Amino acid sequence: MPQVSLTVNGKQHSVEVEGRTLLVELLREKLALTGTHVGCDTSQCGACVVHVNGMAVKSCTMLAMQAEGAKVTTIEGLAAADGTLHPMQEMFREHHALQCGFCTPGMVMTAIDLIQSHPQGITEEQIRDGLEGNLCRCTGYHNIVKAIAAAWPLMHGKTAQAAE
Amino acid sequence: MYEFAYQKPASANAAAALLAADMEAKAMAGGMTLIPVLKQRLNKPSTVVDLAAAGLVGISEAGGVVTIGAMTTHAAIAASDVVRAKIPGLAEQASWIGDNAVRHRGTMGGSLANNDPSACYPSAVLALGGTIVTTKREIAADEYFQGMFTTALEPDEIITAIRLPVPQKSAYEKFRNPASRYATVGVFVAQFAAGVRVAVTGAGQNGVFRHKEMEAALSKSFTADAIAAIKTPADGLNSDIHASAEYRAHLIGVMARRAVARAR
Repeated sequence: MPQVSLTVNGKQHSVEVEGRTLLVELLREKLALTGTHVGCDTSQCGACVVHVNGMAVKSCTMLAMQAEGAKVTTIEGLAAADGTLHPMQEMFREHHALQCGFCTPGMVMTAIDLIQSHPQGITEEQIRDGLEGNLCRCTGYHNIVKAIAAAWPLMHGKTAQAAE
Repeated sequence: MYEFAYQKPASANAAAALLAADMEAKAMAGGMTLIPVLKQRLNKPSTVVDLAAAGLVGISEAGGVVTIGAMTTHAAIAASDVVRAKIPGLAEQASWIGDNAVRHRGTMGGSLANNDPSACYPSAVLALGGTIVTTKREIAADEYFQGMFTTALEPDEIITAIRLPVPQKSAYEKFRNPASRYATVGVFVAQFAAGVRVAVTGAGQNGVFRHKEMEAALSKSFTADAIAAIKTPADGLNSDIHASAEYRAHLIGVMARRAVARAR
């Protein structure tokens, strides 16, 4: 069986997979990282979004073998070791940007990529456009949009401080 | 998915050799269409040949021609300073494909090789009069697109790059399916010194096609008014649950006029 080597949440793994094993199956079934969800399994809903080399991708539509050598971040890799939430997670909590929570891991991963890729600022319209690949059937999106907008200064403020 | 072997060759020629040696092998670019197809068991390749390591990524411009590596992603095309400056219609088109996550994986070469009748890129490549560069030859856009999911590519031939002449003005307008984001109707207009080319995707039963009547009118006067009176016949257009052939015919006119008005 082929072997895939990759870094997940900062930890190096080398795992036996089949050619047809999906990245999301590797994460959930081989590495027991079940925070990444499978919703539609047809690349529509975005519950499976993770970061591969810093970019949001749908892990249900990527083969595990395609992640050879990649750095993968999942929802489990966001909070600090002491449990301090990532600013995006904190803003989702603060603004009650979830109800059932099923879409939340993918929403948070997409949202972080969105904020990181808009260093000059982001409008509500850009946030709503940026969420087109993530479906939430509970919230009506309003609080999700609020949470993401509120995370922008936290994430970019932090980056600016670190650079000083 | 059925079981398959996975290979990631280090060059396009090595990938083509794998396809030539095994007619059941299938090339994969970004996988945004192929993986869903495999999941539905609509295809049963012996081997998936991943082109990710074949060195086909990059965008450059020289002598009035933009060259895009086949494995360049939609996100990279949408964000490219070169494409935004030289062919703004293409940058915009790339930014409207799928969603963020899909744009990070999906590639221009993959989309062109698949030639989905509702895909966006075929309209840009045909309207710009582009050239498809493969492991075997160069194919003009007018010869490349041969019908729904059908191209001039041979089974063991791989697209390596796409060459696009820089137009004076270009624009793309898309009436998108609200669920899939594919084009219900998409129209790409490109103005060159030698004349205007107009290509329509999403509407035709045989995939992308040129709208010669609009091209003639726009070559005389590049204004939305110049094509306001042109009625596109519904014959040969798709009719499905999303839109009737008559509705698509109407949309072609609306999208074309909007594209001409916005072209830059």
